[in-house]
Parts: sequence; structure tokens; C-alpha cells
Amino acid sequence: MTETPFIIDQPEDMVFRLNRRTLADPEILIREQTKIFDKSWIYCGHESEVSKPGDFCTRTVCGRPVIFSRDSEGNVRVYLNACRHRAAMVCREAFGNTRRYNCFYHGWSYNRDGELVGVPGEESYPPGFDKANFSLAEPPRVDSYRGFWFISFNPAIMDLKEYLSGATEYIDLVADQSPSGEMQIIKGTQEYDIRANWKLLVENSFDDYHLLTTHKTWLDYMKDSGVQVEPPKEQGILLPSKGIGKGLGNGHAVIDNVNFRGRPVAKWISIYGEDAKEEINEIRAELVERLGEKRAARVADTNRNLVVFPNLVINDGSSVTIRTFWPVAADHMKVTAWALGTMEESERARARRLDSFLTFYGPGGFATPDDVEALEAVQEGLATWRETEWSEMTRGLNKEGEQLNTDEEHLRAFWRQWNSLMTADL
Amino acid sequence: MSLNDITRSAVEDFLYQEAALLDEWRLDEWLSLLTDDAIYQIPSTDAPDSQARDSLFLIADDATRIKARVKRLNDTEAHAEFPRSRTRRMISNVRIIERDRDTLAVNANFSVFRYRRNAPLRQFVGRYEYLLRVTAEGLRIAERRVILDPTELGMLGAVSFIL
Repeated sequence: MTETPFIIDQPEDMVFRLNRRTLADPEILIREQTKIFDKSWIYCGHESEVSKPGDFCTRTVCGRPVIFSRDSEGNVRVYLNACRHRAAMVCREAFGNTRRYNCFYHGWSYNRDGELVGVPGEESYPPGFDKANFSLAEPPRVDSYRGFWFISFNPAIMDLKEYLSGATEYIDLVADQSPSGEMQIIKGTQEYDIRANWKLLVENSFDDYHLLTTHKTWLDYMKDSGVQVEPPKEQGILLPSKGIGKGLGNGHAVIDNVNFRGRPVAKWISIYGEDAKEEINEIRAELVERLGEKRAARVADTNRNLVVFPNLVINDGSSVTIRTFWPVAADHMKVTAWALGTMEESERARARRLDSFLTFYGPGGFATPDDVEALEAVQEGLATWRETEWSEMTRGLNKEGEQLNTDEEHLRAFWRQWNSLMTADL
Repeated sequence: MSLNDITRSAVEDFLYQEAALLDEWRLDEWLSLLTDDAIYQIPSTDAPDSQARDSLFLIADDATRIKARVKRLNDTEAHAEFPRSRTRRMISNVRIIERDRDTLAVNANFSVFRYRRNAPLRQFVGRYEYLLRVTAEGLRIAERRVILDPTELGMLGAVSFIL
């Protein structure tokens, strides 16, 4: 039986349609696990989360429990969090520092390098049993780019840098904010669920078309705080500033907007208060000195929302938000979000960054809860996918060259890659 | 009213009155229970003992932001709360922890039941840490810190109402 296609992609006829089944059918999610998540590079953690030998964080990546850690020589290592004896998790704490990963079930223990070093009653194993064969398992591929660590369960996948393709430019813009090039995940994690398909959050994370209506109360708040939110008088621009949307290769995509909402590094707006002006100007001056006028302006005068295919979002603007999310079911995802700051920033600058984060983002922010509501409203509406089969996704399709952030070229870039992986032979 | 005359039951009456205003969405009246320099905070669930200046919180409002939050929640375009949640707050184990000059430190346990549209019941459980100031008008909230017990928000979703 031939399946109805997931997307109809005929730009020459001005047609791009998305089959709503892709967001609602549990059967699709089962296929995504092997064809998308197990085939891609997946974000695991930031190196600042494990700064010293023995530091670890436990998390679930691609449905597998993993230990993101530093070994005895200071290398970042990722272990599958399962004892080689009977598979019990060897680490059940969220984060910490350890000399050993101990499985309490029968007492096998592993050192920081993942080597099995303790087996109670080892003499009862037959000859040939060798602890060296039972180190903690590791994902087939582990690599990093500028402090961001990824893993892949696809041994044959291309190298990370090649995979990241044009997304490296936008990760560089994040890392270049720090004088040392080192960024830091700030303590405190926002973890919440959305009763919606995970791909709806991909779309929402860089869909600027929804800003005016979904985030009307946030725009009011910005306006009340003295921020200019009227659109410039330029044809076709809905938002307070101009922005473009584009694909970056391999399903990654970005919106790249002229800043109007301020940046901790380094663009002052009224919301930060007069007393913050001097320090933000100093941060700006450091950027100019280190990167030159042009590059500093690139870093500090634009806001970028980046999606690294399939499920990493970096919102680099009024704060730097790192967000990853996992499907629990076709209509349910878990979201984890962190704030990223420069390693060197002062206590005041750090406080300002965190404050700025919370005006928009997170489960108690002035905008994210309305996004959650929007996604859940979509998911409820998607129960009609059998009757109303297609979503229209053609904004900007007729344009040659540059497309706006309120167009949908960047969404199409994600969906084209998703479709090509889902329809590829295993 | 002097600080040392304030009994636990007087504090309980005040907290129950606050809970009623919040459950009834009388948010402008709720604002009148706050001092001009009040703060309202919810730390992230994995860092309950942190400070908002150096850790990412769920909510870290100063007085200006609290007013902006209420303005937003009074707007029918705050979509996360339109239609509004129906909440029911149970407050117990109220303890006066410290009396200092014009301020009382009060801890209380809470269980906030929340229904919204057709979503299943969501139950927020944790501890309130209040700093209450004694003023000519009676007790006023100078600090309202909400410590959640769950290790992640999970299906509790957004904290879009005043918890």
C-alpha cells in the first residue's frame, strides 16, 4: 500500500503542504526513533557542566540514560548508564562529583574512566572472565563543537562539524561573546512538559509569524518598559525589527533578526535600567577590541534563534537559552532549558542576564506559557488530521533570495530534512 | 500592632485571605497585600536553595514585574490563562520562624490543585517562605518564595498563574 506523502514539496507550483499525520500518529513516532534520533547527532551537554575530573550529570538522550562526565585525565566522556552485569543504572544522582560509579544491586563498581574495577566474589566467575571486557559502554560517536557535546548512535554518521554545516556560524556567534571563548551553563534547570508533538516546538522556536498575536501581552510589557515595538515602515514587516529566516543545511535553520529587545552582550535598552548602561557599554567595548567593529556588531546587534536538527534550540538574544526536548508520546514532550552565560561576566551582569531570560522564557515567563498553550491547542486540533489532512506552509515560497523571519523557508528546511530521513531506506 | 503580639492564627488568617484572593482571581486586591518593594520567586526545581542573582529561576519578580504580571494575567490575551485556571489552595503547617524588627519570617506548606479546560488535575506541592512586614495597615508581604517539591515540573506544565 502506498502511503500518503508526509510533505508535498512543489515550489515551482507554489505548493508546500505538511501532512498533519506527522504530528499526531503514534506510528510516526516509532519510526522517528530509529530514522531520526538514532541517525542524527544529538546534543548531550555543555562542557561547563562537568568542569573537573569526576564531575558528572545524568540525563536521558535518545531514550537512553547516559552519564555526561569528566574522566580522571579531564576528558569529557559519555557512558551509557547501565551496569554491564544486569543493566541497573550505576548512577542515580542528577549531578555531582565521584571517584566511582557503583552499581548497588550486586556491587559492581566502575572508575571515572568507565573501567570495571570491583566485582564482589570475582573468583566464582569461570576462567576467561576478564573485567577489562566489561567497561561501561559508550555511544558509538561522541564529539564536540565549541563546548557543545553531541553523541550519535549512528556509527556511520558524518563528522560533527560537517553535520552542523551552516549552524557552526551561529554557534561561533554564541561562543565569541566570551572574552576567553568559554561559556558556562548557569545553575538551575527549567524542566517541564508540553502535551504536544516535539516537532511543534521545533517550529515554534523560530516561527516569528506567531509573535504579534501569541505574545501580545509580552509586547505590551516591552512597550510599557519603554522599548520601541512599532514595526519599521517597510513593506511586509510585521515585527518591531527586520529579520530573515533561512536553512543552514542538513535540516538546521535559523532566524536572524535585527535586535530590538536588548542583549546582555552587548546592547543596552531601557529595560536594563540607566545604571546598567556603563557596564553594557564596557562589554561592548571589549567585543569591539577583540573582534573588530564589524564582527562585534554582528554579535551584539542581531538576535538569532537556531535549530540544530533535530532537537537542539539555541535562542541567542535577550539571553542565551539552550533548549532540548524529547518525545514521550506523539502528543507529549519533555523540555529541558538552561541559561548560558559568559564565563567572565560580573555578578551584576550575570544577574541582569538571568532577569532578562525570565521576562520572556520559561514556565513562569511572560511568553513561554503562551507558546505552551498554542502548541497544546494545535495538538488538540490535530485530532482532526484524518478530515483535514494538510497544513499550508508556503509563506515566502514565491520570493527569490532573502526570506523574512515571518516567512516559512526555515520551517520548510527542517521538514525537508525530516522527510528525507523518514523516507530513506534503513 | 506590635510584632510580638502577632500570633500564628493571625498569620494564618492573613495567608488564608491571600489564598482566597488568588483562587478568586482578585489579583488587583492581591497586589494591595504586597509591600512596594515586594518580591515573588520560584526557584528551579533542581536548585531550590539558590539565589536568583546567580541561578536560573522559574520566576524572579521584583515589585515592578509583579505588577506587570498581574496586568498580563488580567488581559484575555494572556492565552495560557484564558480561559483561566481554577485553583484551590490548601495551606497548612504554618510556622513563625523568626521575628526581627518589623518583619516576620513565616513558612507554610501548600497544596495547590489546578484545573484548566479539559486538562487533568495538576497538583502543585511545596513550601511557602514568606517575609511579612508589620505595617500600620496590618501585615504585608515583602517576600514570597515558593519552593516546589517535585524534582521537575513535568506534567505540571507552565506556572502561568500566581502560585
